[in-house]
Amino acid sequence: MNKRIEALLPRILPRVQKPARYVGGEYNQTVKDLAQVDTRVAFCFPDTYEIGMSNLGLRILYGIVNQMEGVWCERVFTPWGDMEEEMRAAGLPLFALESHDPVGEFDMIAFSVGYEMSYTNILTMLDLAGIPLHAKDREGLHNIIFAGGACTYNPEPLADFIDFFSLGEGEESTVEIVNCYRDAKRRGLSKEEFLWEVGKIPGVYVPSHYEHSYNPDGTLAAITPLDGAPEKVTKRIVQDLDKAWYPTEPIVPMTEIVHDRMNLEVMRGCIRGCRFCQAGYTYRPVRPRKPETLYEQAVHALEFAGDNEITLSSLSTSDYKYLEPLTDRLTEYCAARNINMSVPSLRADNFSRDLMLKLQKVRKSGLTFAPEAGTQRLRDAINKNVTEEDVLKTCQIAFAGGWNNVKLYFMLGLPTETDEDVLGIADLVYKIYNTWKDYASNKNRGVRIHVATAFFVPKPFTGFQWEPQIDPEEYLRRCRLLKEHLNNKSVEYNYHEAKLSELEAVLARGDRRLGAVIEAAWRRGAKLDGWMEYFDYDKWIAALDECGIDRSFYTTRGFGLDEVLAWDSIDPGVRKDFLRRERERAYRSEITPDCRHGCAGCGANGLLECGKCDP
Amino acid sequence: MSRLLFIKEGVAVWSSHLDLMRALMRSFRRAGIDLKHSQGFTPHPELSILMPLSVGVESQCEIAEFSLAEGCDVPVGEIAVRMAPVLPAGIRALESYEDGQKTGKLAWLRARLELTYDGSGVGETDSSAPLRSAQNDRIEALRTLFARPSLTVQKHSKKGDVEMDIAPMIREIQVGTGTACPPSAVVLEAVVAAQNPTLNPLLLVTAMEKYLPECKPDHVVCRRLEIYDAEMNVFR
Repeated sequence: MNKRIEALLPRILPRVQKPARYVGGEYNQTVKDLAQVDTRVAFCFPDTYEIGMSNLGLRILYGIVNQMEGVWCERVFTPWGDMEEEMRAAGLPLFALESHDPVGEFDMIAFSVGYEMSYTNILTMLDLAGIPLHAKDREGLHNIIFAGGACTYNPEPLADFIDFFSLGEGEESTVEIVNCYRDAKRRGLSKEEFLWEVGKIPGVYVPSHYEHSYNPDGTLAAITPLDGAPEKVTKRIVQDLDKAWYPTEPIVPMTEIVHDRMNLEVMRGCIRGCRFCQAGYTYRPVRPRKPETLYEQAVHALEFAGDNEITLSSLSTSDYKYLEPLTDRLTEYCAARNINMSVPSLRADNFSRDLMLKLQKVRKSGLTFAPEAGTQRLRDAINKNVTEEDVLKTCQIAFAGGWNNVKLYFMLGLPTETDEDVLGIADLVYKIYNTWKDYASNKNRGVRIHVATAFFVPKPFTGFQWEPQIDPEEYLRRCRLLKEHLNNKSVEYNYHEAKLSELEAVLARGDRRLGAVIEAAWRRGAKLDGWMEYFDYDKWIAALDECGIDRSFYTTRGFGLDEVLAWDSIDPGVRKDFLRRERERAYRSEITPDCRHGCAGCGANGLLECGKCDP
Repeated sequence: MSRLLFIKEGVAVWSSHLDLMRALMRSFRRAGIDLKHSQGFTPHPELSILMPLSVGVESQCEIAEFSLAEGCDVPVGEIAVRMAPVLPAGIRALESYEDGQKTGKLAWLRARLELTYDGSGVGETDSSAPLRSAQNDRIEALRTLFARPSLTVQKHSKKGDVEMDIAPMIREIQVGTGTACPPSAVVLEAVVAAQNPTLNPLLLVTAMEKYLPECKPDHVVCRRLEIYDAEMNVFR
C-alpha cells in the first residue's frame, strides 16, 4: 500500500460523489502477497466503476489472470470528474482498487474498450497514472499497454497509444500474453523484441508492425505489414464454452452498479445477422452453453454472491436453443428463493406466453422490444426478421397478461430509409396502442408506450460498413417528423443525441489519423464523453479542425466498396465478400435466414476446430 | 423482529445507507438465512437499519432489524456467527438477538470526533511546541463555543437548507486530546439527540466552521460509539 495514497484518500473521499467507487475492498476481491508476485497487471476499464463492474469481460479476465500463480490482476476505473479534479489537486496518482498502489508501478496495463466515446478516458487514465500517452514514448518492458474489447476490431484510432491489441475472446489469449511477457522479462528482452514475440500469439495485433499510407484524396492507399508481420490477424474464440472458466464466485460490489445482478451468459454469438449490428457479426460463431452447465453456474454464483436477481444474457437470449429447459429449472429455483429472473434482448417473433409467465413469477418487469424499423421493407433491408404481426401478437400476449408498459427501440438514418419508413414507426406504435385497447386485462391503469430512436452509426465488420451516415440535421428532421406523428398521451418519445452519434461514427470507422484528434480533444478537456454531464461536441469539432480532419470523410461520405479499410488487417472470422453480399441484399430488401434455418456462409465456422456451427 | 448489532468501519464507511442495505441483504443470502419478504408487486425482504449513518462515518453500534422467513429455523442467536464469514470488509457482526427495545425508546447517541490539524496530511511534522500551544487554544475555544446556549447551523435536508439550533440537542460534550491520535488533534466526545430530531454529530463541525473558522479542522474522523434510551441505558 502506498502511504501517500492512504493518507490522502480519506480526506478527498468525503468531498466526492459515491466514494465507495474508489476504495475497493469488496467481497471476494483478489488480494495477493506481493512477495509471491512477479507480474502485476492493472485491468483498466475506461469508464466509471458502475459501468466497468457490470462488464462480463472484466470479471472473466480478472478471474482468469488471478488464477495464474505469481500474477496479480487488479481493477482500475475512470474516476468521475469530481474525483479526477481532487486527485489532480492533491497530486494523487491513479491507483488500483485492490492494493491502492499507483498504476504507474504495474508491469502490464490492460484496457477493455467497448465504446468509442470512452477513448478519451484511456488518455485521462494514462495521464493520471503518470504514464506517457504515446506508445513510442514508452521504453522498456515496464508499463506495457494492451487493449481488447468490442471496439478494438478497428484498433487504428488507438494505435498511437496502445502497444498491442488482443482481438476476440481473451480467456486463453490473455494467459498466453501474460506468460509471454513474464518470459520476456526473465530473458531481459527489449520492448521491440517483446512486441515481435507477443505478435506471434494468434489474435495479437501490434499496430507498430504495420505501415499505413494514404492517397491524395485521403483514402487509405495501402496497409503494409513490416518485417514479416502477418497480413491479417484473426480474432480468438473459445472453442468449448462449457469448459471455459466462468466467474461463479464474483466480486460483490459495495455500491450499486448498472447491472447489479448475477449475469448468466447463455451463449456467444447471435443467429440473426442484423445488418447494422457489429456484435452480431463479430461474436460469431454462435456457441450455446449446455443448460446443465448454466444451471450449475447460476446456482453456484447466486449462493456465493447472494444476489436477488439473475439475468440470462446474450445478444439475443430468446434465440437460445435450450431456453425452455433452462428457464424451467431456474424458475423453480428462483421462485422458491425470491430471486428475480430477467431475460433481456427478447425478440418479438419468438416471445411466448409460457416464458412471460415464468418471468413474472417473482417480479414483473417491463417489456422491451427492438423492431428497429417502422416498415417491413426496411426491416427486411436491415435483416431484422421481425414482422408487424409478430410485434402485435407479442404485445397482445403481454397486455392480456397484465403488462401495461412497453419500450420500443428503433433506429433512424438506416440505409435506404425514407419518410415513409419514419412514419411507419408512428403507424406501428398506434397499432400497438390499439392492441392494448383491445386486449388489456386491466385498462384502468392505462398504458405507457416508450418509443426511442437511435441515430444509425455504420460500424466496421457489418453489412453496412461502407454506408454513409446521414447528416445530423437530417436525422433531427426525421426525429421531428416522427414526433409530430406521435400525438398520444400514452406514448413517450425520446431520441438519441445526434452529435454524439456523429462522433461515434467518426471514431468507429476512423483510421490512424484519428489518434491525433482524440488527443487534441482530450487536451481541450474532453472526457467521459459518453456521459451527457460531460459530453462537449465543440471540443471535438475544435480538435478535428486543429488536426485538419473533415469529419464528413468518415460519416456522410460513405466508403468505396474497393477502398482499403482501416480495419482490413483484422479478421473477425466473417468474410468481407459475405458482408458485401449482405449489403447487396439489403438494397434489394432481401432477408438472409438466421443460422438455424440455413447457413449463409459467413465464414465464422472456420474459427471452430470442428468447422461446424451449432446454432 | 430480530436484530443484528454490527460495526461499520474501514472501507465500508464509504458505502451509503442504501448500499449497506443491499450488502446486508446479500450477506443474509450468502449465510443461507432466508428473510421474510413483503407481498405484492415487488417483494422486498423485511430488513431495515435503525439509524442510517452518513457516508464516511464509522460506527460500533449499528442495529439492523429483520424478520426471518417462515421455515427458516436458524436460531436467532446464531445468526451473527453465521454471517461473520460472509460479511464484506469493514462490516463485523457482534450479536444477534430477539426482543429488542422499541425503536421509539432510542433517545441519545454518543459519538467521537477526531479533528486533525496537519495541512494536507502528507509530509508535515506534527509534534512541535507551537502546534501544542495551538491545540490548547483550540480546546479552550471549542469548550467556550459548545457552552453557548444557542448554536444555529445550516442543515441540508431534502426540503432545502434549514436553520437549526443544535445547542439543545447536545446532552453532554467533552473537548480534549486523544491518546492514539496525532499530537495536534482535538477530540470531541458528545452525547446528542438520536431522534426527533436526530443531530448528525458532523453538524458540530459545521458549527465550529461557522463560529470559529480559525478552528476548522483539516480532517475529521467521526465514529458512533453507543446509543441509549432516555435514561441513558444502552439501547439494544
